[in-house]
Amino acid sequence: MKLNVAIEKNVLIFGLYGELDSHTYENIRADMDTSICRYKYDKVIFDFTNLTFMDSTGIGMLIGRYKILKGLQKPCYILNANRSITKILQMSGVFTIIRHIENKGEIV
Amino acid sequence: MNNYLELKFMSIGENEAFARNAVASFVLGLNPTLEEISDIKTAISEAVTNSVVHGYNESKEGEILIKVSIVERLVVIEVRDYGIGIDDVEKAKQPFYTTKKEDERSGMGFTIMECLMDKLQINSSGDGTVLSMQKEICK
Repeated sequence: MKLNVAIEKNVLIFGLYGELDSHTYENIRADMDTSICRYKYDKVIFDFTNLTFMDSTGIGMLIGRYKILKGLQKPCYILNANRSITKILQMSGVFTIIRHIENKGEIV
Repeated sequence: MNNYLELKFMSIGENEAFARNAVASFVLGLNPTLEEISDIKTAISEAVTNSVVHGYNESKEGEILIKVSIVERLVVIEVRDYGIGIDDVEKAKQPFYTTKKEDERSGMGFTIMECLMDKLQINSSGDGTVLSMQKEICK
């Protein structure tokens, strides 16, 4: 699991690589939260293009970050989740609070 | 095809990935779809996480046992730990119910296992928990 943090224009982009589970999440959680506090941006994208696997840890991660970002009045989006991950996110209702986008251009 | 596999490993987070990928590899002989493999991987990941995080409370001192049997096209999986067990199974199965909210646990583990597998049975006592799951792999 690897986290890549980038800023494009006014958008903070978290690129997730590999397999996200409760163990691998421990390695990226602090970096994510530090970036949320440190940088200046208007919107956040969780880029799932290269995320090959995710279990319910991802639901906790997204709902947790959504709450923080809502407090900061910054909207967030999920980019390009694969079919299996989409299935889990649908099951848990995450898409009712965080929009799924297929193209970065919609936001950046 | 009939076949079986047994795995016994330490209850540490590093083994979540090992366990789901090992079971997925074992089932590959049935030529499952990507979706079926992914469903099984996710269910195993949820079950093992439960044992590591809840059963053994992240003490890293427990043992987790996985048995997989293949009977024709039916995959039968048992995940067993000897941890503290689940007080109230019905409550634990409710979506979004978690005893570890401060850890950002979603409380969706059992819901996901139930949705992705054809069958889920939970047997728990003070001596540990056994999850039994089944999934038919389509031809």
